[in-house]
Formats: sequence, C-alpha cells, structure tokens
Amino acid sequence: MSDSPAIAQAAEHHEHPPYQRHHFETVAQQFDAANFAMWLFLLTEIMFFGGLFMAYLLYRNWYFHAFVAGSHQLSLLWGTLNTTVLITSSFTMAMGVWCAEMRKKGGLVLCLVLTFVLGLVFLGIKTIEYTEKIEKHHVPGFHYSVKSFVDPASDKEATEAHDKPLAPDMAQKTEVYFFLYFAMTGMHALHMIIGICILGYMIFRAQAGAYTTGHVTFVENFGLYWHFVDIIWIFLFPLLYLIARFPA
Amino acid sequence: MNDHPEHQAHHEEEHHIVSPKVYLAIVAALLVGTGLTVIAAQIEMGVLNPIVALGIAVIKATLVVLFFMHVKYSTKLTKLTVGAGLFTFLALIGMTLADYISRAWGRW
Amino acid sequence: MSSTVVALPDQSTARIPKVNYLSKENGLLSWLLTGDHKRIAILYLISITFFFFIGGAMAGLIRLELLTPQSDLMATDTYNKVFTMHGVIMVFLFLVPSVPATIGNFLIPLMVGAKDLALPKVNLLSWYLYVFAGIMVLYTMISGGVDTGWTFTTPLSTHYLNTHVLSTGIAIFIAGFSSIFTGLNFIVTIHKMRAPGMTWFRLPLFVWSHYAASILMVLGTPVLAIAIVLVALERVFGIGVFDPTRGGDPLLFQHLFWFYSHPAVYIMILPGMGVISEVVSTFSRKRVFGYTAVAFSSVAIAVFGFFVWEHHMFIMGVSNYSTLVFSLLTMLVAVPSAIKIFNWSFTLYRGSLTFETPMLYAFGFMGLFTIGGLTGVFLGSTGTDIHFTETYFIVAHFHFVMVGGMLMAFLAGVHFWWPKMTGRMYPEKISQLAAVVTFIGFNFTFFPQFILGMLGMPRRYAAYPPEFQILNVFSTAGASILGVGYLLPILYLTWSLKYGEIAGNNPWQATGLEWQIQSPPLTENFPEIPIMDHEAYDYEWLERQQQREAQSVG
Repeated sequence: MSDSPAIAQAAEHHEHPPYQRHHFETVAQQFDAANFAMWLFLLTEIMFFGGLFMAYLLYRNWYFHAFVAGSHQLSLLWGTLNTTVLITSSFTMAMGVWCAEMRKKGGLVLCLVLTFVLGLVFLGIKTIEYTEKIEKHHVPGFHYSVKSFVDPASDKEATEAHDKPLAPDMAQKTEVYFFLYFAMTGMHALHMIIGICILGYMIFRAQAGAYTTGHVTFVENFGLYWHFVDIIWIFLFPLLYLIARFPA
Repeated sequence: MNDHPEHQAHHEEEHHIVSPKVYLAIVAALLVGTGLTVIAAQIEMGVLNPIVALGIAVIKATLVVLFFMHVKYSTKLTKLTVGAGLFTFLALIGMTLADYISRAWGRW
Repeated sequence: MSSTVVALPDQSTARIPKVNYLSKENGLLSWLLTGDHKRIAILYLISITFFFFIGGAMAGLIRLELLTPQSDLMATDTYNKVFTMHGVIMVFLFLVPSVPATIGNFLIPLMVGAKDLALPKVNLLSWYLYVFAGIMVLYTMISGGVDTGWTFTTPLSTHYLNTHVLSTGIAIFIAGFSSIFTGLNFIVTIHKMRAPGMTWFRLPLFVWSHYAASILMVLGTPVLAIAIVLVALERVFGIGVFDPTRGGDPLLFQHLFWFYSHPAVYIMILPGMGVISEVVSTFSRKRVFGYTAVAFSSVAIAVFGFFVWEHHMFIMGVSNYSTLVFSLLTMLVAVPSAIKIFNWSFTLYRGSLTFETPMLYAFGFMGLFTIGGLTGVFLGSTGTDIHFTETYFIVAHFHFVMVGGMLMAFLAGVHFWWPKMTGRMYPEKISQLAAVVTFIGFNFTFFPQFILGMLGMPRRYAAYPPEFQILNVFSTAGASILGVGYLLPILYLTWSLKYGEIAGNNPWQATGLEWQIQSPPLTENFPEIPIMDHEAYDYEWLERQQQREAQSVG
C-alpha cells in the first residue's frame, strides 16, 4: 500500500482526478479494486458454466453415440468460422485496451467498433445455425424428431451421411445432446448479447474521449469479460462440434 | 501521483503495457490452434481424440488468459484468483465424477 | 484494567453526536439511493427481520400442526408448502445474509480502516436484489406456495408437482446474486482497502471469518444458480436433463444443488463464528487464544467445505465408494470448527469474565453449536446416516447449529454492536432475560427432536404415529417460549432507539478500530484514515490509550 502521510495529505487536499471515488485513497487503489472485482465476477461465471460442463461430461460419457450423431448435425464450417470470428474479436478487444492505455482515441473507437461488428457476425452465424436446427426439429421440447438419427439416409442436408442409424433408445438420447447444445451455446450467446450492448455504450463513451484520459478501468475490465466469453467458446467448439468427425 | 508520464501505465503495481506485437503473435497462435483442432478431430485416434481436443483448447485458453487478459503481467493476487477459480471448477467436476465413475463398480 | 466492562459516558451530559451517518441526510431517497455501507446495513437489518418473522410464523404453524398426530390443522399439501416456505425464507432470506449483510456490511470497512466498501453501488444493488427476491417469495406464498421442500429435489420438483417452483427458483436465483455481490465486495475491500499498518494478522477475526464466507459465496452460489436454471428449463421446456425416462439423471441436480448448499451452511455459520470471536474476547478481557489457528481454521472450513457435499445424498443412490470418500472428508471438515471451539474455550480460561447479553448469547452458541456439530458426526458417518437422515434427528441437528448456533451469534452481534450502530445502549436486564428465555425455549423445542429422530419419526410429515406425540407437544411448548425470546428483542431494541442510554464511543472498552470512533459513526467513518500500529485484541494498547485520554482531559 502507499505510504500513509501521502495518503492523509491527498485525502485532505482532494488532489484527485474527477473519476476517483471518495472512498479510495489513490487512483491506483481504485483501479486495482475494480480489476480484482472483475476477476472475482469472472470466477462466478466459471462456476456458473461449470455446472453445464459437468452435465455435458456426464451425458457424453453415458450416451456417446448419440453425442457423435448429434455433433455431426452441426456445421463444421459455421463452427470453425465462428471460432475464428470470436478469436479475432478478442484480438481487436485487446488492441482496444492497448489504444486506451496509449490514449489513442481513434484507435480505440476503431477497435471497439470492430469488436462490436465481429460480435454481431458471431450472433448472425449462430442465428443461421439455430434456424437450421429449428427447421430440422432438433430443438428439445419443441416437437423433437429423431428421424435424422434413426434413418440417416432421409436427412438430405446431413454433412456426414455415412453415419449408421442409431437404435431408437440411443436416438432419443440425441435430445440430451441438443439440450446441452442449446443450453451451452444459448447461455454463451446471452453473454455475448450483454457484451455487445455494453460495447455499444462504450463506443459512444470512447468517441467522447472518456477512456483516453488515463482512466482505462472500464475498457480493461470489459476486455476481461470479453476474453472470458471467448474462452468459453474455445471449449464449447471442440466439445460440441468436433466429436468424432472422422471421414467415411 | 497524478502526473505519470503518458507512456507509463496509470497504476503503480503493474507498469507493463502489452505490445501489439505480442497480441498479434497470440492471435496467430490461436488461429493455428483452431485449425489444428479441426484437423485432429478428423483423424481417428481412439481415446486420444477428446484428450487432444481438450488439450488444444486448454492451451488456447491459457494463451488468452496469460496475454489477452494480462495475467502473465499481473500481481500474485490475480494469479491466485485465477488458480482458485480453476481449483473450485476442478473440485466440482472431479468430486462429482467420483460418484458417477464408481457407480458401475458393482456391489461390494 | 477494570473488571467491569461497561463504561458509559455521564448520562446527564452525554449526547448523540450531532453529525453522524444517520443524521447526515434525511428523506426516503437518501436511504434508497445511499452508497453508505452503514445505511445499507440498516436497510438489510430491517428487511431481514421482516422475513425472519414470516419464516418464524411458518415455524409456528408447523409446530401447531405437529401438536397432534393427525394432519388436522391443515391439509398435508398445505403442510408441505408451510415447511417449504419456512426453509426457503429462513435459509435464503435470513440465515445467508444475516450477519454478513447487516453486521458485516456495517463493520468490515470500519474494522479494516476504510471509508466504505470497495463497490458501494454494487452493495446497494445487492440489497435491491435481496428485496426483489423477497417480494418474489411473498408473491409465491400469496399465489399458493411451493411444496417441494427447500431442497427442490428432482424429479419431484421438475415433473411431479404443479406448484410455484419457477417463481421460487427465480427468487432464489436473484437472492443468490445478492449474496455473490456482498461476498465479492468484502473480498475486494479486505484485500485492497486495509489501512496502513493493518496487516492480515492484525485484522479482527470477524474479518477473517467474513473473508472465508465471502470466498464460499463467490465460488459456490453460481452453481446453485445453474442448478435452478436447469430446473426451470426442465419444467418449462421438458428438455429431459433430470428425467430418467429421457436419459437424464435426477442426481445431477442434487450434486449441483448441494455443491452450493453445503458451503452455504458454512456461509451461514462462519460470520457468526466471527462475531463470537469478538464477543468472547471482549467479555473475557483477553486476546483470542491462538489467533492464527482461528484465522486459518476459517479459511480451512471454507476450502474443506467444498469437498463434502455428497453427505447430503448418502441415501439417494450415489455409489458406495463415493460415500466412503465423502464420509471421510466430512470427518475432516469438523476439525477446523472444533479448533475454534477449543480456542474460544481457552480464551475464556483465566479471562476476566462478565456476562452482558452478547456474552450470554456467545455461551449459548458455544454449547449449542458444539452439540449440533457433534451430532453432525453421526450424520457424516454413512452407516448411521442411513438411519438418521430424513428423520427428526437431522432436523434437530441443523436447527442446533443454525438456530442454537447462528441465530444466537446474530443476536450476540446485534446486541454487541447496537451501541455502535445507533449510539444507544439496549436495556441490559430485559435483554439478559430474553437471552435466557431463548436458550431455554430452544432446548425444549429441539432437544426432543433428536430423540424423535432416533425413534424413527420422519421429517416433513404432517401426520405421525401417536407414540411420538408427547415429544412433539414438548417441542411445540418449547417453541412458544422460543417465540417470546425472539419477540422481546424487537420490542426493547426499538424502545432503545429513543430511550436507551447514550453509549459513547466504546461502551464495552473493546479493542478494534470501530470502537475508536464516535457512535453512531460519521458517514465517512474516519475523519482521516487511521494508521494501525498494534495487534488485534491488544488490551494493553487500549489501557494505554485510555490512560492517555484521561491525562489529556484531566
């Protein structure tokens, strides 16, 4: 911690920037506290998604063949593209933080806009994927159909038509796979939507110069959140899209 | 305390600003990793498939955490915090698995 | 050092300080939009008390029903709803936030030497989330209640009931975030806002306990959140995650639920233990024996507490091998709690004891928590648990630790810090009477329940075999005494707000930074940030301080 006489002096004479809250003694302390708080919040997110990962682990183990068949229903192209988009958006976000630290307002706005756009692209691709799933009746709880699994030949759009038909009880378990698919990617998408909304707000504020006067806390902490959402997807991609994708 | 030179960081504990070169290297590594994992998923390796897939994912996540999220340049407290989160996550998975793995071990 | 503790200023000239956090601003909005941790603590105190009495009313109904072996006061379905609401309200709306959100919120910044918590707006948000959760619970009650039991066991809660599981789940989800934000705030504050010289090992043990509890809040509560989300998805969309006919495993819910709910019991008890450390030290005029051991045992309880949850599931169909592992770990987790009891006992030994109300509650805590904790050992051992679980033995066990333990600690804390929060003393004689009445009532209520459990009376039953009636009547009689014991503090504490004696800065002659400032404190707590230059519980320092003051006034 900083030395005490300096603190006492600074506190008395109010020599602090306008963005320093009164219960903090120094800007450094405020930044540290906010940063630490953001990390703690991310810990809660790890544990929140942790429950879903546990469910995935369990049911993939129990119903592996259903999970394979389910995974083959997802488009490798869209999934890989989305992963690329999100990783790139993480890069643009990190660059945005750098721009804020270097007080480059134009650069910061550009990076935030790019991140925003990439985020929207991700969601757009997700929408395409979800629409496909809805059309094929692969949404648990909404007239779920196991036809594609019991009779793979009937599935015209299947990318891996060499899949063998599943027995009816295992075919029914594909619903468990798709529940996890929608729950995990849906929860992830919800976090993306929230992030994109905050990005929109940040772009306005960045344009007004709020983050390039030395007060980068908000950008840096939002960056942490955005990278975390990226990390979740880094795990979701192989777990959901890449189960036994062997060519025939 | 309020007039730090502009090229220095705004906080006292960490003066390190990660350079864009590092970010570029990391994003390249992440994209390569993505390609690798897609390729690896198409090669039949038996029980190694999920291990390789998760392994690559862990490496990618580690890169994001260390460099994009600046943990490599952060205080011990931040590193401890990340560790605590991982530890608890692994406790949840591991201890729950203790039940599921041993269920089929037969009556005793 | 004087052997009597209470040192009040001369009542004929004493006044409440004109400028303090209560008088600083007036009007409803200044309270509803406050960032001041002390005001938020008071807001919490009022709301928690409100919900405590609703939960208590539910308890009253339960005990009334159980006076007779038949289910004659209410239908069995209604009885299910009553005990569910009792559990939900008492656990999530009372016990979890009780000490942390009221006394913790008030004192943590004072004890570490800060002007507020790290994130005041998040603190206020935490209270609003709590209130919203409370309103949702009230809505659930009014619209017909929920009857799953507070544990929401699947597939009962997902497939076999048509009561308000969803709204209760949402309420608990929101209450969970309230708890997370409180814990998050504490961790950041304790790490980043300690005053100069306030090293970790000079912190009061109250802070250590809250630190440990906060870690549990931050890491454990989100798992409860996802468990509730999954139950909601199951109920609304029928996805099959907990449905055996569709390949789901109902036990997965229980794993996720208890992964939180076991640490939750430590979230509930650790802050209470922190209070006991402070009270026992002050009223023995001695530093807490084995400070380091008590501090580390708090953290140990938090860490070990994450590894024992399956002991709530021994009879649910988990593998026998896992029960072995979790049973062993449960035995281990008892050790740090026992360490605390030993350390408090050694603090008392050769201390200069006085028996003000907080100390009476502390004694009650130590005895009752020990009994409750020891009965936990029977339950942690799988063989005996098979017979005791889901009987009144378990009900008695957790009421001993939660009511005999935690609630007594809460009351100890409220009484101990009442002078600091309000500037006034509570009336000592009637409060001592209330403490004794509570203790007697508690034992009459819950001790027979151990016997009932051993005799085989199941829990959550409105009707029971007639041979159990006499013990149930005993228990209900005790409950009525207990009710009086809880009603009295409401009355005299309210009375004391206007008529209590002026307390002055340090009526208990306690150590700790909070006692070196005025009562009630200023909004900014400290006119200037203090510099900590002595160890915790340093009564010699206090005596030198008092002598200095006497000389300078003299």
